[in-house]
Amino acid sequence: MSERLARHFAQLRTRGESALIGFLTAGDPNPEASLAILSAACENGLDVLELGIPFSDPTVDGPIIQAASQRALKAGMTVAGVLTLARRLRQRTDIPIVLFSYYNPLLQYGLPKLAADATEADVDGFLVVDLPPEESEELTLHLPPGRLPLIRLIAPTTPPERIDQIVQNAGGFLYLISRTGVTGSVPASREAIAQLTARVRERTNLPLCVGFGIRTPEEAAAVAGLAEGVVVGSALVQLVATGTPDGSGTAHQVAEAVRRFKKALRARSNQ
Amino acid sequence: MTDYRQFPDEQGHFGPFGGRYVGETLMPALLELDRARRDAMADPAFLADYRRVLHDYVGRPTPLDFAERLTAECGGARLWLKREDLAHTGAHKINNTVGQALLARRMGKKRLMAETGAGQHGVATATVAARFGMSCAIYMGAEDVKRQAPNVHRMRLLGAEVVSVTAGNATLKDAMNEAMRAWAEHVEDTFYVIGSVAGPHPYPVMVRDFQRIIGEETRRQALETFGRLPNLLVACVGGGSNAMGFFYEFLNDPAVELLGVEAAGHGLQTGRHAATLCRGRIGVLHGAKSYLLQNADGQVEEAYSISAGLDYPGVGPEHALLKELGRIRYTAVPDRAALDAFQRLARLEGIIPALESAHAVAAAIAEASRRSSDQILAVCLSGRGDKDLAHAEAAIRRLEEKMPR
Repeated sequence: MSERLARHFAQLRTRGESALIGFLTAGDPNPEASLAILSAACENGLDVLELGIPFSDPTVDGPIIQAASQRALKAGMTVAGVLTLARRLRQRTDIPIVLFSYYNPLLQYGLPKLAADATEADVDGFLVVDLPPEESEELTLHLPPGRLPLIRLIAPTTPPERIDQIVQNAGGFLYLISRTGVTGSVPASREAIAQLTARVRERTNLPLCVGFGIRTPEEAAAVAGLAEGVVVGSALVQLVATGTPDGSGTAHQVAEAVRRFKKALRARSNQ
Repeated sequence: MTDYRQFPDEQGHFGPFGGRYVGETLMPALLELDRARRDAMADPAFLADYRRVLHDYVGRPTPLDFAERLTAECGGARLWLKREDLAHTGAHKINNTVGQALLARRMGKKRLMAETGAGQHGVATATVAARFGMSCAIYMGAEDVKRQAPNVHRMRLLGAEVVSVTAGNATLKDAMNEAMRAWAEHVEDTFYVIGSVAGPHPYPVMVRDFQRIIGEETRRQALETFGRLPNLLVACVGGGSNAMGFFYEFLNDPAVELLGVEAAGHGLQTGRHAATLCRGRIGVLHGAKSYLLQNADGQVEEAYSISAGLDYPGVGPEHALLKELGRIRYTAVPDRAALDAFQRLARLEGIIPALESAHAVAAAIAEASRRSSDQILAVCLSGRGDKDLAHAEAAIRRLEEKMPR
């Protein structure tokens, strides 16, 4: 796995803390404001950044992240722009950065060039929401093994024997989709999430990170005891939606929100 | 000789195209659907059921009808029309929805959902939901809800819930996005009825197999009527289900030319068209790799056509492969020519075609005029045009105002 991902998860494990993984759409609401917002998030307690590459047809996302994609695209964001943003972020932060994307923008960028440029930007992996293991070889062929893992996803609908298949080629961490439906919807019950994490944990030693529908620090804390990481997306993106176009106030709000989520996760680990 | 009917492979790949590009939440459902589909298609009782419903309820076989006056006016090859407009609900779409509803019933699903552009697939899905006692939700772009009001009324009368989708540009692409999101939400109890040979595996192969009946009948009717196969088959291509169903039976007959007709909208040079195979590049949308209208950054572009059923920036992966293999030729017909064919077929044959089908008629008229009278052309008249009357009339009036005769 990516050395940086491994190191950060190991440190968190030592402290008994779950990772706070924040999703934000790159270039939302525009490239400059986005850099300020992302930096604020990274510098105020995020453990891993999921940097979203905007796509015109985000079929896995709910209305909040759909709107973020639209704003970013309207402001001219491209895959090349996201890589530039990642490069600039890397100068300011050492936390792992995972590029979160739909497959088509990556495919059009060119997979060999993507792997080279992502390595150069010093990002730590890819998460491609519409690329199941059955179709992923075309991409993984180009990703340097160990350096740029493809983060695999597991859903509540994934049967045990399929989990076995998925974890075989997995690296970095596993992204557990907590509920059916799209991002930003109502949370799954803690019970359901516990069943999902237990089912996966029997089959792998990789860190498990739970996402979809975690909207408040309280909900994050409730999941924290079950998994090595908690993904917060729509709750952060919503702050950009309601923020000012120059992003100045938004950066503060995002920083504040990240601190609240992180505090809730730390408090949980001290119990 | 290449066997053009060997595709897809086990994983749903048509050569480099097709596959399953969806979120993990939907993958188990697609795998289950594929198992159920294979099992059903190998079960004579299921196939007999499907044929019986198509015969008794849909009114198949549909005729292969000689367009005598249109042929005389073209002064060339003889034009025959495969009259899918005479199928129940007025389009070929019902062949597929009958098949998928029977499959849903066999799988114990009680709820159907579908996306629709022109509304024909939505009507066909709502129809079979009523027939088989299932509940039904139809996702339709808000723009299309306006353009295709009669079909919206029809779906509601049939008991379906019509969900108006305002995301994106509120057309078919956005309706399909929203339908995929809704399916992920309700995947445990809902059967998603895709209306074209597009989407993730197994939809392209499943929809093709439920539409093959068009070509099977055409082949039999041609042999009975002329004692030989047609020289050329012509069908319109949006996602490509009527064309795939019409052509499939003839893929391995090298003497039969196949022509797919896309929508050139305002013209291929204007960028305002829906000619995915003629002008697109390879990409991934809605679960499959195929040709796609997209910009250099891989963002999907809006398609445009006067016909809501052709207004889609993707196309079925099997078409992409057959284009690359050179087995099917693809061309594009602009709005203006489609509207002209729409009126000519009405005046000369007493048939008001769907605007989608009018694109195929326009291309067939051009082909027939260039060919000798010993040639036979068969056109898939995929649907009837009642739904398009208001929209077409307004467009014709605008054209006439621009170009006084």
